[in-house]
Amino acid sequence: MITLNVNGQSVDVDADPTTPLLYVLRNDLQLNAAKFGCGLGQCGACTVTVDGKPVFSCLTPISVLEDREITTVEGLGTEESPGALQQAFIDEQAAQCGYCIPGMMMRAHALLSRNASPSDAEIREWMQPNLCRCGTHTRVLRAIRRAADAAA
Amino acid sequence: MALGRAQAVLIGVLAVVIIVAVAAWVWVSEPAIEEVSTPPPNQFDNALVQTGAQLAAAGNCIQCHTSENGENFAGGFDIPTPFGDIVSANITPDPETGIGTWSEEAFARAMRQGIRRDGAHLYPAFPYTHFTLLSDDDVEALYAYFMTRKPVNNDPGPSDLPFPLNIRAVMAGWNMLYFDPGRFTPAATMSDAWNRGAYLAEGLGHCSSCHTKRNWAGAEILKARYEGGEGEGWYGPALDGSGARATDWSTEALHIYLRGGFADDHGTPAGPMREVARSLQRVPDEDVEAIATYIASLSDTPPQSVDAPGATAEQEPAYSVLTAYGMESDGAAQSGEDVFAGACASCHFDGGEQPYYRPIDLAMSSAVNAPDSRNFLHIVLHGVHPEPGQRSRIMPGFEGTLTEQQVTMLADYVRDHFSDEPAWENVGDQLDTIMNGEDEE
Repeated sequence: MITLNVNGQSVDVDADPTTPLLYVLRNDLQLNAAKFGCGLGQCGACTVTVDGKPVFSCLTPISVLEDREITTVEGLGTEESPGALQQAFIDEQAAQCGYCIPGMMMRAHALLSRNASPSDAEIREWMQPNLCRCGTHTRVLRAIRRAADAAA
Repeated sequence: MALGRAQAVLIGVLAVVIIVAVAAWVWVSEPAIEEVSTPPPNQFDNALVQTGAQLAAAGNCIQCHTSENGENFAGGFDIPTPFGDIVSANITPDPETGIGTWSEEAFARAMRQGIRRDGAHLYPAFPYTHFTLLSDDDVEALYAYFMTRKPVNNDPGPSDLPFPLNIRAVMAGWNMLYFDPGRFTPAATMSDAWNRGAYLAEGLGHCSSCHTKRNWAGAEILKARYEGGEGEGWYGPALDGSGARATDWSTEALHIYLRGGFADDHGTPAGPMREVARSLQRVPDEDVEAIATYIASLSDTPPQSVDAPGATAEQEPAYSVLTAYGMESDGAAQSGEDVFAGACASCHFDGGEQPYYRPIDLAMSSAVNAPDSRNFLHIVLHGVHPEPGQRSRIMPGFEGTLTEQQVTMLADYVRDHFSDEPAWENVGDQLDTIMNGEDEE
């Protein structure tokens, strides 16, 4: 049994300790925002934050996560009351198929938590690991810019 | 009278000091070479410029002479040394801030003797100690190449060195002790390819800069040539066969590796070597193969590849590796083995039958067998990435995924489990430097 702290809540997980966090989030905790893309840490669709840093949840075994703070998109806001970053993505209509967006938002969230007013170049460089197959990158960048400016 | 004698002695001593100082000054001073007006680019033969481009790529000049997001060759890159940061020069043909007023004679003197056009000494962070081997023809080609680059007006500013190193003339003493000027002489008994490789590797390539330990004065230790050195916070593995097993390379494996590919048993270039491989993409293939020929010859031991004794596929590996399902405890990771089982074993579980791509056998990894943990830590934290647009095997980075304590436990476990070398020391300090220090890439 491993105790995880997900979106501020403590949950006991009964799964093999080598199970990737992504599977536990989706299958055991019904937190379906993070997506399975490549399973190799190459696309970013599964990105969540652990202790404020973006990680690929598909590569992160739950055995290394005890006592660490995990945040997923579900921790940013709700459908009724989206968080500021989520609202910025909505305002910019930054999703096409939407599959990459939870990962994009979590990586962006990690950036804005450590640097409230990043330059466009910093946003670009920071978001580099996350891919969008539809090509909405420019809107994603705009959404992050909007969220940063709104908080300023 | 006694006072008078003392005065006389004082005057005598002073006179000697002044004479010695003037003589020393004269001895260390090099004349300035007359400025010329910047030669127009069309003065140079195209083929010569092409040759110069390939030579400049073999020397990877661009890496140290271009700052992050700066213009090519406009300088301003900080080269960290144990003595302080040395700022690279602008080597574009800008007359004000670059080398636009340098004649070929001044360029040749800088390359092969480490003296600036105005007569000042260059610091050996600029590898004139290697470039001194360059032939006249190649200096001419390099001159043609650099004089036809886009001039960029950029003054990179002074280096940040403490007294007395901030006095460039001090380098005259350094040169007397450690600089052996002279052109390359081919070895009559060796093949043309070997000689070509030796010329490129020892000269422009300056391979030993990072693969040889340096002494207190920052000079390569000749007795320890190619026994391993360092560059940009990475360990530069031994190339002479003196290191652990992973350093035994065949010419073929080196050729693949230097081309940026994935050599079985060795992997793909990472860290500063990735930059070298990137630059070598612009070097003719036969030259890269020649470098491989020369470097492979440095190790006395026969190359150990998959079909060599000790590493045959039929033979049982000397270690057992956890599968992804082999973790004993059912709770949080308590050991490096637990971390490995969860984070690493799904690809590295038995040294390599992963269906998508075969990772290298960790027992053969130069990072795992290195005398210190830096390369291992760099790779665990930041992964191994292909060149943009290129196919290659990959490894994701685990920074953020693993805590510092988990990385440290993992390093100890992997070293103990896969290598016969002694345990690493100061893993925690090295990890801290890589994650929080200045050498982070």
